[in-house]
Amino acid sequence: MNPIVEKVLADYGLLTAFALVGLTMACAYWASDKLTRGRLHGSAIAILIGLILAAVVGGKKGVADLPVLAGVGLMGGAMLRDLAIVATAFGVKLEEFARSGVIGAISLLAGLFTSFLVGGLIAYAFGYRDAVSITTIGAGAATYIVGPVTGAAIGASSEVIALSIAAGLVKAILVMVLTPFLAQAVGLDNPRAAMVFGGLMGTNSGVMAGLAATDPKLVPYGAMTATFFTGLGCLLGPSLVFMINRALL
Amino acid sequence: MPIYGTALLAACLLVGVSTGKLLGALLGIDADIGGVGVAMLLLIFCSDWLRRRGLMSPPSENGILFWGQIYVPIVVAMAASQNVRGALGGGVMAFLAGAVTVVICFALVKILARAGRNQETSR
Repeated sequence: MNPIVEKVLADYGLLTAFALVGLTMACAYWASDKLTRGRLHGSAIAILIGLILAAVVGGKKGVADLPVLAGVGLMGGAMLRDLAIVATAFGVKLEEFARSGVIGAISLLAGLFTSFLVGGLIAYAFGYRDAVSITTIGAGAATYIVGPVTGAAIGASSEVIALSIAAGLVKAILVMVLTPFLAQAVGLDNPRAAMVFGGLMGTNSGVMAGLAATDPKLVPYGAMTATFFTGLGCLLGPSLVFMINRALL
Repeated sequence: MPIYGTALLAACLLVGVSTGKLLGALLGIDADIGGVGVAMLLLIFCSDWLRRRGLMSPPSENGILFWGQIYVPIVVAMAASQNVRGALGGGVMAFLAGAVTVVICFALVKILARAGRNQETSR
């Protein structure tokens, strides 16, 4: 590449990241629409592309190890990531959530603790014995946001954080793909069941895409509880769950 | 002005992360304990309080909504800056952690959705 252009791209790194990620999103949504007929949500494909690019470049900080793409590290870094996650809570009305009844809260807690338990047990079965890694992988089984947020808070290694994102991504994709097929079998055909579903699964893109492919009318109900899932997971993961795991090990 | 919304959002995150770090220090852990979660609750309460007093104009809301809407691209950037090659060694584990959780949660949907329906009809 021309060294002058390369210097511009590196100096304006955050803008390079915006342009590159925007292009990635466009390709992903095109592929979602044309190749999977909307069954696999564009956001999941975009994240998959991101993970593949990071694997191809192979750096400790993924593509951000290339000086030209260092801005991707800033865009996906803790500051902007946390800002965006907090912003997604905006517009969630506490009254609406309260009206959905106790069952929404129960499903939220059940979904979170099932994720932390199953993810943690599988991490243990694969030889991890430290509370930090087990909590982070369990958090990844919650969502691909709870995993890295929890891992960063309690000081997990980059490998374990990447594993937790991978676990969350597997979950999101499986929820997207399986929901339309399993909806009838699990009685997912009314707003209340959709709130329970959102609380149990929690993965935002998975829940939204899964419900959209099942019955678009159910999307806001599932999204409402799912919105709390990541926040609650980020609250409980590095605190209560980490302390429980540390006491057990 | 959109900056009011973004300022509120940023302030909530700063207070939340500070609270999380202070809580961590208090408990002897060098970690942020739930700072993002605290920030989310703060944002919900503060924006609700401001809205009920008519202090939350649509342009101000846009200063928050923009960041919420750019959350997926930021997650994509985050995914692209992870040590993925290091994770591929444990690919089976990541798959199982995600897949087993999904299967168990689908079973729980059926159980809890039915419990919810009973709760509703008994009222």
